[in-house]
Amino acid sequence: MSHLQSIMVQKSDDDKMHQLSSNLIMAVSGEAGDTTQFAEYIAKNIQLYKMRNGYELTPSAAVHFTRHTLATHLRSREPYFVNLLMGGFDPDSNTSELYYMDYLAASVPVKYYAFGYGGMFTLAVMDKDYRPNMNVDEAYELLKKCANEIKRRFIINLPKFRVRVISKDGIKELPYVVAEGEAA
Amino acid sequence: MARRYDSKTTIFSPEGRLYQVEYAMEAIGHAGTCLGILANDGIVLAAERRNTNKLLDDVFLSDKIYKIDEDMACCVAGITSDANVLTNELRAIAQRHTLQFGEPIPCEQLVMRLCDIKQAYTQYGGKRPFGVSILYMGWDRRHGYQLYQSDPSGNYSGWKATCIGNSSAAAVSILKQEYKEGETDLHHALLLALKVLSKTLDMNKLNAEKLELATLIRKDNKTEIVVLGVEEVNKLIEEHDKKEAEAEAAKQEKASGSGSGKSSDK
Repeated sequence: MSHLQSIMVQKSDDDKMHQLSSNLIMAVSGEAGDTTQFAEYIAKNIQLYKMRNGYELTPSAAVHFTRHTLATHLRSREPYFVNLLMGGFDPDSNTSELYYMDYLAASVPVKYYAFGYGGMFTLAVMDKDYRPNMNVDEAYELLKKCANEIKRRFIINLPKFRVRVISKDGIKELPYVVAEGEAA
Repeated sequence: MARRYDSKTTIFSPEGRLYQVEYAMEAIGHAGTCLGILANDGIVLAAERRNTNKLLDDVFLSDKIYKIDEDMACCVAGITSDANVLTNELRAIAQRHTLQFGEPIPCEQLVMRLCDIKQAYTQYGGKRPFGVSILYMGWDRRHGYQLYQSDPSGNYSGWKATCIGNSSAAAVSILKQEYKEGETDLHHALLLALKVLSKTLDMNKLNAEKLELATLIRKDNKTEIVVLGVEEVNKLIEEHDKKEAEAEAAKQEKASGSGSGKSSDK
């Protein structure tokens, strides 16, 4: 939830997630202006699709569209510098989906991922403790462990994390994950 | 004076009509018949083949039924060269959608996109409308099997069974009587298509050379679009003829039976 400007924490209650449709969320990191601009462009286009056709895009179609848009901009004069994760629930096939996408428009379906410096510490934690049959509570506990690891090993202060759950009932906010324990 | 409104596509006549569009619809009334029937487990398209000359090199198995996409095919009535342009456009629209969204285009969206193009030719100057009506059969995740029809005016509509081209009005009225909603399977639909065509086409006997039949079904989560071969069509025609003969015999027996009943009363 920290918005950074150079070495300064500019804002501590930032929301880096953008809701794209009733069961799809995009979490964006990267160049400060690009993140908002790109996420809004995608969100509005996905809303436009819904208005034109009377139904929403499936998560995989929305991800494909996002990747296609990012890829066309990449080799133009104005590429977007954004890395993102898209999480969605497909009510038709009853599956939850998570997609990784980097600024080079590489898109991969993943089970878990973390971008940025934080990812260097937390990916290892998730590699160790992630199980495919976790429920929401267990996943939340894993997020706590990740936050604690960041607090312990990372020089930069990233104290609070926003958590949202995407399920068949739509999008729900969970309590913030706040890092506990001593810095190493 | 009437000519003033005839020659321009984009100009309303004093009665508020667009003659060029109406003429285009008229042209389709003379074109080979196309028929579509929705079944529980698939869809049937049937078309009348007009130019059967034994000297004609049959490069194409079908010349009126086109596959558009993984999940869609269409059948055209009208000016063939116009139809070629439109089917090219349909395929391009479908591929653009797949490129952008990574999944096949929903049926109605494709029909809508093409109709936007058709409509444009009735409004922007210097061009004549496309003299083509199209029947589309398709499948998508949201609405399952679907059958659509589109006109030169840019109108489109969804159907359970319909017909375009020569004597389509008669065919539609037969379909209205014979089509049983929810009780039609693919085989029934094929036989019904033959029945309607045999009654509306001006030929004494159905002929596999003059027919094109195509089916669309879902099998193992994949769409299968098949244009039936001559042998299969012949088999169906045989079955149809047999059924018709039986029905005719039953009718006559009933008529003579009730006739004799009456005479015995006296």
